[in-house]
Amino acid sequence: MGETLELDHVASAARTDAPPAITLDRVNKWFGALHVLRDVSLQVAQGERVVVCGPSGSGKSTLIRCINRLETHQEGRIIVDDIELTDDIKALDAIRREVGMVFQSFNLFPHLTVLDNCTLAPIWVRRMPKAEAETLAMHYLERVKIPEQARKFPGQLSGGQQQRVAIARALCMKPKIMLFDEPTSALDPEMIKEVLDTMIGLAADGMTMICVTHEMGFARTVADRVVFMDRGEIVELGTPAEMFEHPKTDRLRLFLSQILRGH
Amino acid sequence: MSDITLNPAVAAVPDAAPRSAPMAQIGLVGWLRRNLFSSWLSTAVTLALAYLLIRWAVGFVEWGIVNAIWVVPNNQTQACRDLAGAGACWAVITEKHRFILFGTYPFEQHWRPALVCVLFVGLYVISAMRRFWRWELALIWVATLTVIGVLMWGGVFGLPYVPQERWGGLPITLILATFGLAFAFPLAILVALGRRSKLPAIKVLCILYVELIRGVPLISLLFMASVMFPLFLPEGMNIDKLLRAQIAIILFAGAYLAEVVRGGLQALPRGQYEAADALGLSYWQKTGFIILPQALRLVIPPLVNTFIGFFKDTSLVLIIGIFDLLTAGKTAIIEPAWQGFGVEVYITIGAIYFVFCFAMSKYSQGLEADLNRHRRR
Repeated sequence: MGETLELDHVASAARTDAPPAITLDRVNKWFGALHVLRDVSLQVAQGERVVVCGPSGSGKSTLIRCINRLETHQEGRIIVDDIELTDDIKALDAIRREVGMVFQSFNLFPHLTVLDNCTLAPIWVRRMPKAEAETLAMHYLERVKIPEQARKFPGQLSGGQQQRVAIARALCMKPKIMLFDEPTSALDPEMIKEVLDTMIGLAADGMTMICVTHEMGFARTVADRVVFMDRGEIVELGTPAEMFEHPKTDRLRLFLSQILRGH
Repeated sequence: MSDITLNPAVAAVPDAAPRSAPMAQIGLVGWLRRNLFSSWLSTAVTLALAYLLIRWAVGFVEWGIVNAIWVVPNNQTQACRDLAGAGACWAVITEKHRFILFGTYPFEQHWRPALVCVLFVGLYVISAMRRFWRWELALIWVATLTVIGVLMWGGVFGLPYVPQERWGGLPITLILATFGLAFAFPLAILVALGRRSKLPAIKVLCILYVELIRGVPLISLLFMASVMFPLFLPEGMNIDKLLRAQIAIILFAGAYLAEVVRGGLQALPRGQYEAADALGLSYWQKTGFIILPQALRLVIPPLVNTFIGFFKDTSLVLIIGIFDLLTAGKTAIIEPAWQGFGVEVYITIGAIYFVFCFAMSKYSQGLEADLNRHRRR
């Protein structure tokens, strides 16, 4: 965590006057008999950065996976970019075009080169001409500082490089919202920083972001708000300063002490 | 601080040429030592096996070449019989090769099935080259198969008409195998995808198909196609026997290949599906660009295994009286003059099957290495 801690807080780009980018209204979800999301309500403004933390099994990954419907919720409403998530396939396609996602295990397509990983969706989903898609891909690969790897296959890259490719791949769709599901948890310590720096750069550009992470330094630097989840519900919610300096609940206090001891 | 002491001689010449490993451990000598003569026991086994191998090879050369008879005049096979097994009677092949290859196809028209075989091989070679893997290849297939149909049936362009009952030999084997696998493979992919469908009707249908077809022997399916199926047809309607056998083979191979393909689909991590979904790819885009290219690469070995198996299983059509290569060979030695020379005929037919199957096997190895380049680091 060390170095990112000392950075100044990235100026917020949240626009509270505009309609919210994401609205969750009393969302409930069960895996069989297991109640994994309990009455979760949350609004994320355009340009806002929200960090979701909590012990494992608290439902934080499930929560963000509901936002682009990799998981379906059973009760309540989820509205993304003014479109409500229902069984309507057209609405779902529209939302997935606007919401980029970065996974813990990268999930790059191993049989395609880095460049093809980045251009596939723009070409086939956005119907972009190939040359234009490649220019765009190179632009974002430069932003994540690995343009020289464009012709390689993902398996030839380090974990940190792969995760940066995954970020570039998501950005090539020009999403309005980015979801990060524990993007640094599968990385070796020396590679965490390069990925976090990329994400901080993204935050500085005003991207709406929801990030599940245990990197408290990143949360302090970037987050407008921190959401603490435990056992499927939002326990506490506030600015990083409030949350980390003055936790109100015992559950958050316990969680913070465990996280800090772990590092 | 450190136990490492520098050798001053080496330190003075830092770029001393790297020494190669001792001769006794690398190269041919080293290989022989390691693998064949590593101990007294292994030396003994090596020598014993080498003796047997050489004896057998010498015996085969004597039988197959030195003492063999290549031609006999006018079916006078007495010379062959006089050998009493000491030499091969390749005269049976010399005499009967046209019948073995082309069955009862009219003799003076044999150039037509011969050309068909050449066209098939050409089609295989072109299809095997990745540089031709684009949609035009489908056109080439349709065109070639049309030409093959015209050549076999005739009746146009001044070619005399030859009814299907008179076709036989290698073209039949190639037709059954090529059409069988060309139709069974796409069918298998659809069924494998269908078995994982979220729609219950499609899923149940695909499971039923696979389990029903897999549950019966191919022979019984061929019997059904040849004997039972016509009973259900209206009076006067008749579907070609070869076509019925062909459909039976397609359905049977399809069920087996579907399970192979499904194995590949199962092996893909869920993250690949999720990443494709998250990017907004549609079901068919996801399947075509992400899932199938990876799943099929994973199952090349069992896929080719099944292909080779079905290439040879086409010979089972002999039980419903279709003249494939094996049946033609069997029939060739029914004639009294040539009875008793089955070994020569079966060796020849085996060699033909081997050439095709071995080519498939070698090709798949190359393809596998080529397509899995991305897994190398």
